[in-house]
Formats: sequence, structure tokens, C-alpha cells
Amino acid sequence: MVTEVPGSSLLSRLLTGVVLILAAGGIIVALSTWFNGRAASWEAYDRLLLGAANDIAESIRIVDGTPRVSLPTSAFELLAQAPDDRVSYAVRGPGGGLITGQAETPTPNATQRRDAVFFDGSMQGEQARFVDVTRRFAEREFSGDVRVTVGQTMIARRALAVDLMLNALVPIALAGVALILISIIVVRGAVRPLDRIAEDMAARDPYDLTPVSVEGVPREIAVIVNAMNRFMGRLDRQFTAMQSLISDTAHQLRTPVAAIRAQTETAIEETDPNERARLLGRLARRTRSLGSLLDQMLSRALVVHRTDSVARERIDLRQIALEIVEARDHEIVAPGVDVELVIGETEVIVAGDEFSLVQAGKNLLSNAIKHGVPPVRVGVSEANGRALLWFEDQGPGIPPGVLAQTGERFQRTAASREDSAGLGLSIVTAVADAFDGDIETAFGEDGFRIALALPIPPEETS
Amino acid sequence: MKRIFLVNAMLCALGTPAMAQEDTAQFGAGDTPFLIRSTTDIAILAPALTAFAERTPDLKITYEQWGSNALDATANAACDGAIRPADAVFSSAVHLMVALVNRACARPYVSERTRALPATRRWRNEIWGVTQEPAVMIYNTELIARDDVPTSRFDLLDLMRDAPDLVRSRIATYDIEESGLGYLFAYIDSIEATTFGSLLEGLARSQAVATCCSAEIIDSVSKGEYLMAYNVLGSYVQNAAPVNVGVVLPSDYTLFLSRGYMIPKNATNPTAAEQFLDFLLSDEGQASLTAAGLLHTTAPDEQRDIQGVRRSIPLAPPLLVALDANIERDFLSRWNDAFSRPPTP
Repeated sequence: MVTEVPGSSLLSRLLTGVVLILAAGGIIVALSTWFNGRAASWEAYDRLLLGAANDIAESIRIVDGTPRVSLPTSAFELLAQAPDDRVSYAVRGPGGGLITGQAETPTPNATQRRDAVFFDGSMQGEQARFVDVTRRFAEREFSGDVRVTVGQTMIARRALAVDLMLNALVPIALAGVALILISIIVVRGAVRPLDRIAEDMAARDPYDLTPVSVEGVPREIAVIVNAMNRFMGRLDRQFTAMQSLISDTAHQLRTPVAAIRAQTETAIEETDPNERARLLGRLARRTRSLGSLLDQMLSRALVVHRTDSVARERIDLRQIALEIVEARDHEIVAPGVDVELVIGETEVIVAGDEFSLVQAGKNLLSNAIKHGVPPVRVGVSEANGRALLWFEDQGPGIPPGVLAQTGERFQRTAASREDSAGLGLSIVTAVADAFDGDIETAFGEDGFRIALALPIPPEETS
Repeated sequence: MKRIFLVNAMLCALGTPAMAQEDTAQFGAGDTPFLIRSTTDIAILAPALTAFAERTPDLKITYEQWGSNALDATANAACDGAIRPADAVFSSAVHLMVALVNRACARPYVSERTRALPATRRWRNEIWGVTQEPAVMIYNTELIARDDVPTSRFDLLDLMRDAPDLVRSRIATYDIEESGLGYLFAYIDSIEATTFGSLLEGLARSQAVATCCSAEIIDSVSKGEYLMAYNVLGSYVQNAAPVNVGVVLPSDYTLFLSRGYMIPKNATNPTAAEQFLDFLLSDEGQASLTAAGLLHTTAPDEQRDIQGVRRSIPLAPPLLVALDANIERDFLSRWNDAFSRPPTP
């Protein structure tokens, strides 16, 4: 989607589209109005021609056995409605002989025997329109057809056609211009929020990853802004996680490393071999504890990273519980403690990341073993529409306030203790947050229970 | 019918040699030839032509004076390419000019001045009416008392009815067979008002004389040979300035003629023709035409009277009706039935 070369502007694309549509429409409309205008104008002036021809035909009388025409001025007044057009007329007898008029006036070449025939011809080389009207005589002295042909050049009818076309086209052209203006205004208005967002982004300091406001942004663009906000949120969490990892690491390592250094120095100065051995033993315990602290910090960082970057899968929570128990990590911390697994027959599906869930579970188990009183039970169940991964022991439970602090970035309790139960809890909290769940604690008949409660995703229809 | 034949034969005899101009004049001493064919007497238009020649020293203006029918024949022949065309045609027989334009023999031209002309005085931007001359009645001031002078066609009818002996053979008008202009006036009269029929009847009863040529008619009225004459072009009267002749602009309606100016489509020097047209329509040209009597100026006191009765002959296709062969034959036979011809001297 992102290209190096900036694409053409939305405005110019839209305008190109609008102009193309208008041009195509304009040509079609112009042609149709031209044809309509031409038809209307042709009809109007054809009627004038016909009127004039009929006037002339009416004036034909039979005198002494020959047709005579007393050409009426009215016919020519009628033709003068087209003021600049030249006229031509001829009255011809049954044999085609000219009775009066201009001999060069053409006759229709069609053999149609209709009363009025319109046809195109030429008048001294200029295009002209003619009508041929037949008047039939059946008198004692004369019988036969007398044909009146009247023609006119086409200046007025062409002018009227153009006039009619322009009358129709001008409003359409104005509408087209209005359409273009409206397009410009609308597109400018729609794109303006982008400018505002760009300014907002440019003005930010590099660590400001708060969401950009989508207020007043068109829905289409809000999609982009929301996606960007989501991306920035992820970036922010990663960034915060990294920061907290660094500061936690620095903070939490300072005390044990200082203790190790002090004990090492004491051990170096110690001359009594028995005392020295005791010191070295303590030193070894210290370094082992430091190692597990480091492991936990790294696993927390990994969990926080994964929850944002790895896609959620549908996982059977029983599988997670099984994995936790079967890993037998607790046997290293507390060999001999028995862990009971309580799972049902039906699967308990959650949406999450297997690694993260296993890490959270391991931490809860290890806390139960370290701080609780055996027997320890691990189980999976469903309650109130939520999937629970729970751990039970017979101990006093977590001191009040510890749990409340676990969500915080900085864990003083964790730092203050070598075995860092708080850090483990913070991993659990992070996982719970990541998968829209939370941590529930309760004292019941079976002792203290701490559970990771996760929503059950809707059934997949596949 | 016999008479028509005779007249036609006479026309043919007169017409064929009349395919030549009556008179020719030269104006200017330039190198570029500019040929005008016109029905207007050289003397009348000479001041305007001289003024134009002074403005355009490069032109060598040849002015040919023609009879209106002969000029029409020439222009048609030139249109067909048979003979050398003129650069400008200027004729009082405007129906013939309109017919020429209708035959696509003319060349269009538009300028600020031609646009300023009213619609009745131009057609297709190919013919322009540059003058305004009334068709008037003239009378001999010594033979008719001022109070008895007919001021309208109705008065004329009354006079012919009330004093048949006085007017017998003493009223003149154009012979419409020989004069294109006379035919045009008579034809317009016939469609303009119903008085025409009774007028024709009255003229016939009074044994009115249809004769040729403005100059002769005016001269004869001046000499007292005729009491009065009907439908004489006012400009000729003004130019002849005869003694004892009074002029009446008929108060029922007065026909006004605008002489037609046209540039043939195949003119060799159309630019000069356009310049001359613009000159004639300019203030200077119009002043010159007014001085020559070709532009009738109404006196302030008669202004109100004349406006309502003024009938300009529009330069438009309806004039073509006048040229229709059937119409012309009918009209001429009707006319000839009414008129006696003056004895040949």
C-alpha cells in the first residue's frame, strides 16, 4: 500500500472523473439536443414552406382552359419569417411545363404521389429545402395536376436549430461547472482532516504515542486513523515494555549484584576455610536466584512482546494445565511436593498464545509451591461463562496489596525479594490483560485459590 | 391582346439596342478601375461621386447610366458570367435588385453603417437602400387653384369624377411597361390599398396618359400640357426644379423608395464598392444625397403628418411577387385595358 512515489491527488482524480463523465455526457447531450433542435426547427420551417405552397396552390385558377396563378403576397410574407433566406418557387402544369416561377426550381425525384413532398435540393449551389404540393383539377376545360414547388435556403432553420441546442446546453453546462465546483469543495472538506492529522503528527514529540483524535474525520478516513492509532498503541506498549524491562532489569539486578559483590569480597578476605565454604555456598545460592530472576524477567518481556505480536489461537486450556504440570519445573524449586491435576472430560477453549499462557501458569504454580502450603492442586474449569485455570494450596494466600500492585510497571516487592514472586505475578497480570481476562483470588473449602479467568470465544463455524 | 403584342414588339425593338448604357462619366484619376452601373442620372450623383473620388485618389471611377430594365438584364448576364460584371449596381428598380440577390448574384458586406440601416432597407446584407425618395403627385400651379389641389388619392378620385372635362387626357403617369420604377409603384399601389382599382378606373375614364420618363412628364406638367401627374419620383421633381409645378405627398399614404445598392458576387473590385457604400451611408454621403434630392427630408411642420402615412417599400422577398410572370401579365393587361397611349409624335 505504501509507495515511495506519492499518488496523484484525490482532488485531481475526482475532477478527472467528473470532467470525463461531463465531457462524455456533454457530447451525448449536445448531439441529442442538436438532433432534437434540428428536428423541431425543420418541422417549424417546413410548415412555413407548406403554408406558402398551399397559399400559392389556392391562388391557381383556370382561365380559358389554362391554369393561371395570381401569386399571393401572403405566401412571400410567410416565407419572409426566415428573413435572410432566399426563396425559389415554380408552378408547373400536368406535363411539367412551367406556368410561372423560376425554371431552375428542382422537382422531387421521388415518384410519390402524396399531396405534399418535402425534399432537399440546391438553390444556386446553396443547400435548400423544398416542398412540392399538388393541386388536382377536374374541370370541364382543364383537368390534371398542377404542382407548386416552393423552396428556401436554410439560414433561419439552421440558426433556430443552433439556438434551440444552445438553450438546452447552457443550463447543462452551468450544471456541469457547478458539479465541478461542488466536487472541489467536498473533496477539499473531506481531505482537510488529513492536513490536521499531519500537522498533529508533525508537532508531536518523538515519544508521544497517544491516539490521534478522530473527531470530525470522515468515516473512510477514520478507518485509517484508527488503524494508525492501534498501531501506535502497540508501539507504545512495546516501547513501555522495553522501558520497563530495562529499568526493572537495572533496578532489580542492582541489589543482588551488590550483595554478590559484597559476599565475594568477604569470601576473598575470609581466611577460615569453613567460613569461606559457607560464604561460597551462600554466593552460589545468590547467583542461582539471580539466574532465575533473570529468566523470569526475560520471560515477562517475551510474554508482553508476544501478546502484541503473535496472533491469538484457539487453545484447550486443559492442554496448558497438562503442559505446566508435566514440565515439572516445580520439582527443581521444591522437590517432593506433589501436584494434583484436576481436569474434566470436555475441552475448555480460550483464545490466546500458548507460550504466554504456559508462562503465566508456571508462575502461578511456582508461587503456590514456594509460598503456599501443600497439597497443591492445578485445575481447569468453566464458571460464569469464563474459562478458569486455577491453582490451590492450603497456605495463607497472597498478602493484600501485592495483587493490586502487580499491574504496575515497577515492582518494589519483586525487587526487594530475591525469589521475586511479584515479578511472576506481573507476568500473570500482563497475560490476563492481553487476553481480556483477569486474576481472581478466593478462599474456599480447599484453601486459597488463585485463578486466571479468560473469556470463552464464540464457537467457530467452520 | 393585339395591343399587348404591339407593345411587346416595340419593347423588343427598343430593348435590344438598350443593352448598352445611356451615358458614361469618369471620376478620379487613379489606377484601380471601379465600375458603377446605375439608373440614377449622372448629374444627380456627380457631387457625391466627385467627393468620393477625392477621398480615394487611387480609384478610376467609371459611372455608367442605364435604363432600369436594361441594367437588370446586364446584371443578370454578368451574374451568369456572360459579360463583364460591374463592381457596384445602383438601381431604383428595387424589385429587380431583390430578384438579383435572390438569384445569389450578390456579395455580402457588413459594416457599422450598413448595420445601422433599418431592417426594411437591407436584405441579407447584400442589398442596401441608400436613398429615400417619395412617390408624389405633381400639378401645374397655374392651372389648378391651390385650394383645389388634391392632397390624397381620394381627392384625385373626386376631382376626376367631379370635373371629367377638366382632367380629360390631362393626367399623366409612368408607362409601367417601359419604366421598371413605374411598374413597381403601380404594383405596390395595387397591394397597398383598395383605392387602386377605382384609381385605375378613374384614370381610364379620364383618358389619363401613360408615358415615359420622369423628365418629360415633369416638363409637360410645367408647360401646362398636363394638369397633373401621379406617382412621380419626388427626387426627379426636385432636381428638375421646374416652374409652375407643385408637389403633393399623398396624405392617405406616401410610398417611399430606397434605391438599392448591390455588389455583384463576381465584382473585380469589391473593396471599392464597399468603400463607396460606406461613403454613401456616411454623414457626408448622406448630406450629398440630401442635396441631390435623393434623401427626402421632412419639414418640421409636415413631420407629424408624414410619419403615419409613410410606406417604405421594403427590400425583401415579397417584392419578387411583382416579377412573377403571371402577375406581371395580369397586371399589365389590366393596366393596358385602362390606358390609352399618347399619339406618337
